[in-house]
Amino acid sequence: MLGAAIGVVGITFGVLAGAAGLGLAKASAMSMLVFTGASQFAAVGVIDSGGSAFAAVGGALLLAARNALYGIRLSELLRTDGLRRYFGAQLVIDESTAMATAQSSEAARRGAFWITGLSVFVFWNIGTVAGVLLGSVLGDPRVWGLDAAFLASFVALIGPHVATRPGQVAALVGAAIAIVTVPVAPAGAPILLAVVAIGPALFVERGLR
Amino acid sequence: MSWTALSILAIGAYGFKLAGVMFGVRLDTPPLQHSILLLPAALFAAVIALQTFERDTALVIDARVVGLVVAVGATWKKVPFLGVIVLAMMSTAVTRALF
Repeated sequence: MLGAAIGVVGITFGVLAGAAGLGLAKASAMSMLVFTGASQFAAVGVIDSGGSAFAAVGGALLLAARNALYGIRLSELLRTDGLRRYFGAQLVIDESTAMATAQSSEAARRGAFWITGLSVFVFWNIGTVAGVLLGSVLGDPRVWGLDAAFLASFVALIGPHVATRPGQVAALVGAAIAIVTVPVAPAGAPILLAVVAIGPALFVERGLR
Repeated sequence: MSWTALSILAIGAYGFKLAGVMFGVRLDTPPLQHSILLLPAALFAAVIALQTFERDTALVIDARVVGLVVAVGATWKKVPFLGVIVLAMMSTAVTRALF
């Protein structure tokens, strides 16, 4: 279900990648090998607006750094044998983290991680191919509101994480930090700086206990 | 974007994921776990804010704001994931066409 919806976001990525001049091979390689939505949208956005490859890769890597933090969060679920662990690591992304961490038991977390990760991987890649092909007939992707698809998917994902007061504080402060730092920080950095929002959120959590 | 740049991005992105998974087991202490529980809320909200208000590292207000409001409303009303995305896209596109 989530996977199919991510397919739609994958289509929007494919369309935007095509518009930025990436062919089918490069867009597909990116969706398979980089496989982390925010970084891919950021890289394609920088290239589309005429930025250098260095800026595109740098910004995208800064955004990708948060997956290391998700990896720490999910490492208990990936204490398995070699190959599964190495493949599982590639599936450590926003969606699989969101779904896994919203479950209450370890078995449910493990199931949610693999089901979400695998289905997002499959649909994201199918969507990318479809998007690149569709892009050539669509014209300007913004006319179709495609640039709102990715943010909408995050609105849907954040739901379970802002059910508690500390989660709400983390979200509000995180968004505020990102907005305030956009004009001054390099592309990608505002997202990482938003990690600081955990401080006040922990403070609120301690106050509630 | 060259294949070289794409390869660097792919290796780096996977490196971050793998490093987290590998070192995570050693860093798995209760205080850290506590902070990391709050991580998705902070980072997802930052992504939403930037995807709505950022264009080429500058802040702008455009039709995407309508898409955000519609997405929040639809999520609030428990509309399924796919519906949230489609409604946000449609409202953004219609707003753009009108103004």
